[in-house]
Amino acid sequence: MAIREINHGDFEEVVLKSDKPVLVDFNATWCGPCRMLKPALEQVAQERPDVVVVGIDIDENSDLAEEYDVFSIPCLVLFKDGMEADRSVGLIPKEQVLSLLD
Amino acid sequence: MYDVIIVGAGPAGLTAAIYARRASKTVLVLEAKAWGGQIINTPDIENYPVVAHISGADFANELYNQALALGAEVKLEKVIGVEDLGKIKKVRSTLAEYEAGAVILATGSENRKLGLDREQELTGRGVSYCATCDGNFFRNKDVAVVGGGNTALEDALYLADLANKVYLIHRRDAFRGEETTVDRLRQRENVEIIYNATVTALLGEKRLSGIEVTDKITGGKRSIELKGLFVAVGRIPENESFSALIDLDQAGYAVAGENCRTKVPGVFVAGDNRTKEVRQLVTAAADGAVAATEAVKFLNA
Ligand SMILES: Cc1cc2nc3c(=O)[nH]c(=O)nc-3n(C[C@H](O)[C@H](O)[C@H](O)COP(=O)(O)OP(=O)(O)OC[C@H]3O[C@@H](n4cnc5c(N)ncnc54)[C@H](O)[C@@H]3O)c2cc1C
Repeated sequence: MAIREINHGDFEEVVLKSDKPVLVDFNATWCGPCRMLKPALEQVAQERPDVVVVGIDIDENSDLAEEYDVFSIPCLVLFKDGMEADRSVGLIPKEQVLSLLD
Repeated sequence: MYDVIIVGAGPAGLTAAIYARRASKTVLVLEAKAWGGQIINTPDIENYPVVAHISGADFANELYNQALALGAEVKLEKVIGVEDLGKIKKVRSTLAEYEAGAVILATGSENRKLGLDREQELTGRGVSYCATCDGNFFRNKDVAVVGGGNTALEDALYLADLANKVYLIHRRDAFRGEETTVDRLRQRENVEIIYNATVTALLGEKRLSGIEVTDKITGGKRSIELKGLFVAVGRIPENESFSALIDLDQAGYAVAGENCRTKVPGVFVAGDNRTKEVRQLVTAAADGAVAATEAVKFLNA
């Protein structure tokens, strides 16, 4: 299952107003490590229906990258109740993505 | 029990897997992060024979699929130790323990850190190890590059096109890198080279706001306000987990000749973590082929 890509238009609705925790993957098409992280994220999305996993292309949404201090990608930011709860920078294996959620 | 366990799924490890599978050996590859190794960081490879251009991620995926199609098993687990019990080698990962007749260590290398307080915490918040990956976030901002080799020089030149100002901080009074690149840097009005200096502190709370630079000769300190710090002080081999098993040289590389044999029979080393002159994809792949062939010979003996 592909990760849903969102943008500044639906960020508030999908991320900030979500009842469930949301894991946001800040990425870019030219970023190799971001591409390598995708399969792990897809598995996590499948295994954890209690968490919403979405992607944000930083080239098309530089305002969001700036607002959330994203200076290096891939960058995973976990939102709970509209607030940043945790984050991780760089390519990490699936187990580490999962441990970010707990 | 596997015939061959390969530690690391970079170009060396996956090539070794291909060769060992084609010799009908059972193969387990254990990888700490993601298949492909360091090469996933570059968008352009243009020096691999036959392939005129390919991205690092595509290279990684093609190689991985080739190894899988031949029957190699790949698990995402970090190896924390290898023990030699003679005929059997025990390989311990963060999740399990495995046994093999032969082991190939193909763990490559990782970025050298500065070793400063809060460096890890500020990584991705202003501290970066890859200018081509993260440079874009610092358009029209002030940044610094630390290092004196070709990577540092090229990073500074790349950033000079994007950033408002680039400080290049080098601990010696001359560069090791190519003279032509140094000349091109000197011509840039927005590049300031600071010789004989080291970065001694990272400033800023939630994100990097500046650095402290210490002059190595006078001992004088100065603070520089900036948003980004690009660290280009080389790479270090990932051999710590095997220091009790095999010989490492002073820089940490696994000592082995062109036949990829370590001092332990049945333990081989392939790729960038081995003592050698040229560390490239094609030499990593070559090591993988040699190490696997040697491992097969060892198993069949
Ligand atoms: C930005 C960049 C651009 C480059 N461009 C080129 C180029 O254009 N052409 C070229 O020929 N070369 C290029 N190189 C060099 C090339 O990437 C390396 O020479 C090559 O990747 C070395 O392969 P390797 O398999 O030996 O090691 P690596 O690629 O480093 O792979 C080692 C693997 O082992 C894993 N590992 C480490 N420790 C453990 C452990 N304890 N347990 C399990 N797994 C572990 C790592 O996660 C990694 O995946 C480039 C390198 C970089 C960084």
